[in-house]
Amino acid sequence: MITSPLSSSPLFFVGPVPIASQVVVTWCIIALFAVLAHLIGHVLRLRPGRLQSVAELFYVTLDQQIRDTMQTDPQPYRAFAATLFLFVLCANLSSLVPGVEAPTAHIETDAALALIVFFSIIVFGIRSRGLMGYLKSFADPTWMMVPLNLVEALTRTFSLMLRLFGNMMSGAFVIGIVVSLAGLFVPIPFMALDILVGIIQAYIFSMLTLVFIGAAVGEEDRGSLIKEAT
Amino acid sequence: MNGIIWVQLISIIGAVIAVAFGAIGPALAEGRAIAAAMDALARQPDAANTISRTLFVGLAMIETMAIYCLVIALLLLFANPFLH
Repeated sequence: MITSPLSSSPLFFVGPVPIASQVVVTWCIIALFAVLAHLIGHVLRLRPGRLQSVAELFYVTLDQQIRDTMQTDPQPYRAFAATLFLFVLCANLSSLVPGVEAPTAHIETDAALALIVFFSIIVFGIRSRGLMGYLKSFADPTWMMVPLNLVEALTRTFSLMLRLFGNMMSGAFVIGIVVSLAGLFVPIPFMALDILVGIIQAYIFSMLTLVFIGAAVGEEDRGSLIKEAT
Repeated sequence: MNGIIWVQLISIIGAVIAVAFGAIGPALAEGRAIAAAMDALARQPDAANTISRTLFVGLAMIETMAIYCLVIALLLLFANPFLH
């Protein structure tokens, strides 16, 4: 009844490439975002409607969160952080649709997200400090810290992947076990807990990404921005 | 055949021990973290935003330790390198 959460079965094949069900769910989420973004962005009015009000509220809240976390201008990081947050949130909550399994409950989706975060940290770091400056930041207090900092750069993205995977997969696992024990109304509190965990994990994923990017961007950049602001 | 059964038995026991004892440390740590956050909230209700954000991120960090134990237990049960 309970299959291994580490393996996934292919739904259909595109040529030689097997496509699993979570990939299809991911495509659906991407299509949903494209349609929503077009709907909201196409008709921006001065007197906002309901949809635009929600979007603006989200935008302002996100900007405040980025400013609080990174102590810098949110402009370069807004699009990346918002996309990451909304995607992980939708992917986590997609398990509420009957018959759909959350894509983040499989390790491949989380590995892809963590890879994006890993390279974006490097790109943002090089963009703000320059290549030599970014490489120099690995030897931050002394040169003796270089191996530790290198290991840390790998393990923190690895733990980002495992955290999201473990939380979402364990939620689905617990619900599966409870359903197999007692059928009808008993799993409902666990599903409510799963919604809460999904929202918190999406928030934490994007927040930790911002913290890592903030650490890579460094203090000098921030200091100049704060000086400009005051 | 006999050896494989022993490996399976020890894997199950190892998974149980990993989850059971691996949950103790994070549980104590989360309790301490929440107690400290409550203390800080009671002293400074104005800083509720900062405190709760830091608390959530910190709890996620602590919880990762328990998640690692869970992943190791699942590796032992479903992807045991000594069985395949």
